[in-house]
Amino acid sequence: MLLIDCPWCGARPENEFRYGGEAHIARPQDAASLDDAAWTAFLYMRNNPKGRHAERWRHIHGCGRFFNCLRDTVSDRIEATYKPGEPAPQ
Amino acid sequence: MTQPFRTSEGGRIDRQRPIAFEFDGRRLTGCHSDTLASALLANGVHLVGRSFKYHRPRGIVSAGAEEPNALVTIDRGNGRITPNLRATQAELYDGMRARSQNRFPSLSFDLGAVSNAISPLLSAGFYYKTFMWPRSFWRHVYEPAIRAAAGLGRAPAAADPDRYLQQYMHCDVLIIGAGPAGLAAALAAAARKARVVVCDEQAELGGSLLTENSEVEGKPASDWLVNALHMLRDADVMLLPRTTAFGWFPGNMIGAVQRVTDHLPDPHPRLPRERLWHIRAREVVVAAGAVERPLVFSGNDRPGVMLADAARTYLLRYGVKVGSRVVVAAESDSAYAAAVALRQAGIAIVAMVDRRPAASDVARSSGLPVRIAASIADTSGSLRINRATLSNGEKISCDALLMCGGWIPTVHLFAQSREKLRFDEALQAFLPGVWTGHARCAGACNGAFDLTACIEEGYAAGGANGQPQRARHPECAPALPPSVHKGMAFVDFQNDVTIKDLRTATQEGFRSIEHVKRYTTTGMATDQGKLANLNALAIVADLLHQPIPRIGHTTFRMPYTPVTFGALAGSARGDLFEPVRRTPMHDQVAALGAVFENVGTWQRARYFPQGSEDMHRAVARECRAVRNAVGMFDATTLGKIEVTGPDAAEFLDRIYTGSLSRLAPGRCRYGLLLTEAGYVLDDGVIARLGPDRFHVTTTTNGAASVLHHMEDYRQTEFPELRVWLTSVTEQWAVIALQGPLARQAIASHVQDIDLAPDALPHMSVREGHICGVPARLFRVSFTGELGYEINVPADHGPMVWQAIHAGNVTAYGTETMHVLRAEKGYIVVGQETDGTVIPSDVGLGWTIGREKPDFVGKRSLARPDMLRHDRKQLVGLLSADLLEEGAQVISDGAGIGHVTSAYWSETLQSPIALGLIAAGRSRIGEILHVPMPDRTIAVRVTDPVFYDRQGARLHG
Ligand SMILES: [Zn+2]
Repeated sequence: MLLIDCPWCGARPENEFRYGGEAHIARPQDAASLDDAAWTAFLYMRNNPKGRHAERWRHIHGCGRFFNCLRDTVSDRIEATYKPGEPAPQ
Repeated sequence: MTQPFRTSEGGRIDRQRPIAFEFDGRRLTGCHSDTLASALLANGVHLVGRSFKYHRPRGIVSAGAEEPNALVTIDRGNGRITPNLRATQAELYDGMRARSQNRFPSLSFDLGAVSNAISPLLSAGFYYKTFMWPRSFWRHVYEPAIRAAAGLGRAPAAADPDRYLQQYMHCDVLIIGAGPAGLAAALAAAARKARVVVCDEQAELGGSLLTENSEVEGKPASDWLVNALHMLRDADVMLLPRTTAFGWFPGNMIGAVQRVTDHLPDPHPRLPRERLWHIRAREVVVAAGAVERPLVFSGNDRPGVMLADAARTYLLRYGVKVGSRVVVAAESDSAYAAAVALRQAGIAIVAMVDRRPAASDVARSSGLPVRIAASIADTSGSLRINRATLSNGEKISCDALLMCGGWIPTVHLFAQSREKLRFDEALQAFLPGVWTGHARCAGACNGAFDLTACIEEGYAAGGANGQPQRARHPECAPALPPSVHKGMAFVDFQNDVTIKDLRTATQEGFRSIEHVKRYTTTGMATDQGKLANLNALAIVADLLHQPIPRIGHTTFRMPYTPVTFGALAGSARGDLFEPVRRTPMHDQVAALGAVFENVGTWQRARYFPQGSEDMHRAVARECRAVRNAVGMFDATTLGKIEVTGPDAAEFLDRIYTGSLSRLAPGRCRYGLLLTEAGYVLDDGVIARLGPDRFHVTTTTNGAASVLHHMEDYRQTEFPELRVWLTSVTEQWAVIALQGPLARQAIASHVQDIDLAPDALPHMSVREGHICGVPARLFRVSFTGELGYEINVPADHGPMVWQAIHAGNVTAYGTETMHVLRAEKGYIVVGQETDGTVIPSDVGLGWTIGREKPDFVGKRSLARPDMLRHDRKQLVGLLSADLLEEGAQVISDGAGIGHVTSAYWSETLQSPIALGLIAAGRSRIGEILHVPMPDRTIAVRVTDPVFYDRQGARLHG
């Protein structure tokens, strides 16, 4: 079970959290002006990397907040967690 | 003492404390600190089971967790029956009752053994080949016969009366295995003031030190052990014997099962049987040791054939002689240590059959009758070995044959940690590969077999600097794979897989070891091939002329040894399996005779039968009451979210389809929530209590996911909005009053709210007092009748329910609610919608605020597929017979949709149904068909609103 470091609460077991998909996919401001291909890419196209993945989690059974996380999808090791709006650590 | 094979002295058992036990009804005696296996061997019992497929007699092979054969059922009374326990790990206690498995009618005379004669039918892939045709034979002939003949112990039929606990623990260093390496690691970790936990699967800590007669750091091994344990206790190191670390989960989380009472004849009733530890460790040191590698030769499964080190363990730890005339088959020098120990105890070593081409120093100096470059060709004996035939033709009578093919490091847990293994050519075994931080390995599991090296590695692994260099060792395992030309040479004892099966698989084209494993079932038994896998891999590599690293190894999976379901379930069983949610009015509703149904975790009243009414008649009466007078309904389970803040209206505009910012305080609106992809996620009523305060309802099942959806957008997409969301589902008790007499039913209870139709019109809300308590009164309807929903603080729900019910109001349940809403064509999210439905599909395009520039899901509604004219659309279906929900609807033989809801309409005196039909709205008036198993039902497509299409009744 992952040990996830909530930026507000600290390290907590995975079952306090809910997964939220890939991070850093901002909802387009001008959705109406996007063509179908661009909108479909926003809706459905995801990286699904083998290796480092920036993803969202929510501390649903804790503070309730969303945050971002860098996790290696092969080793399942978490490299960093950070608040929404912050850039991904390099 | 009547244990003919017990030595007169030595070992760690207590000869002064005899223990009586039963095996297959036979009364025997062992000693305190025996395992069931050592006690059986002390009594000369080698035959302990029958094999899985061929029912061949089988004996004890090992002295530990790797045991493939000696699986027994232990009955602790009162339904406490555990099958498939390894006799080598079952601690003996006074009164133990153990049974052998997979035999009929008795262990020594087994009718199933005739399957030896049909063994060609049971070879590799027999499931896929032999029993294919005719198909009906599989179910009625082959499968029952195979199931009866093959198999392990039987699961008990009664509920498990024992209690199991789960416990969390955090530590700096977890050490798995309390042998020399593990204890040294613990000493080093404790010395740097770390919080240390040591677990070991055995009853007594010490591992190989328990059978070690050499010296460690200048003192006898047993003294070193006593001293080490003393120092660890002084340092407050937590020592957990009888605790198997069975699984490694991400984040250094180790699952371990502690057996608390299985070894006690009369455990205290307050003790749990087992405790499942969830151990979160900063560092993990794996010191899991190694198991001896068996040899593959014809007849290697006969009782009396066992691992050499197991024989040594039985002698030195348990004071048990495994035979009196012993042949040893050696491919490694460690066999000589076992042989010498047995000889010192007076056991005749009649031959050392050493397959290696030249005698080693150890062999030459052993003084044993060595046969160099020889191997075992075959064995004989019906229920116990009585003769070994060597490759040179020599026949040697014996009562035990010990085999030693080198060592298999126990890398199981290390591999589960997702670290990589590497193949060591000198050892001919897989070892932990590059260490990247998860696990440190020390001792035999790391390839160190010399005692001094084990302890050095342990100190290093428990120290601050982490993974030690691997100590080298002189041990060498067989470089040659086994080769057998006749007879049955077993690779996997527990699943009865022979060398011939592996050959068949490779001849039939299987190349991947994972495929060979599944085709032959080698390594797939409850022991996970602890003894079998490496031999199988070496044989397959040889057959395919490939180096072993090219073939690779199969995946190591948890659990290391089987774990009881009880331990995994812990207290989550029976009433505690899942919490039950009940509304505040549950007792009042139950007192009215409600029949409840589970909706998610809620219990909701489904209908209220009176007298001898069945559900159909009760629902018909409840429907008539609502349509003709007034009914009351416990609607508390509806999700409720309070949305507050200066930007609450703007937020709801972006989340819901409708324009909530234009909603006047005191008014309500029906709205849909869409996913970003445009599909209906949930629906509900949004009530505006004030400029910056909304009371939003959700479906019963959608409450949590709607709040999550809203929080997602609030926190991550619209963080600039000043808005807050609070779940108030359980704050309010909700009573719906529906029917033409609803106003009269509540009028006398409402204190300060004007109920006049103009003052409180349809789709409006007021705050005031009802029955003297604060209330939010909604005028809304989910039945098509004049309706109110009374919200009062949850604790007051029962009082208000009683007061209103006293006014001769009919209580109705969810079934009637469903019938009445279907008569009106109102959808239920999750019933009329399935994650592919957009608002216009279900006739709710009108909820969309066209003038709004954007809301969640809006852009997606303009995608080409959303605009197609052949999308499935909600329609009504009328038929002579009641339809079934989920039934397909066909036109000209092609499926064009399905039935989403179907009820008997008491109002219309006819069956009604709703369905999603391709281009349904253009088909109104058409006759379609619903195929059922026994007939086809004709249905006429209609508008989905069956009753009061103009909605006049909503206004009373
Ligand atoms: Zn948190």
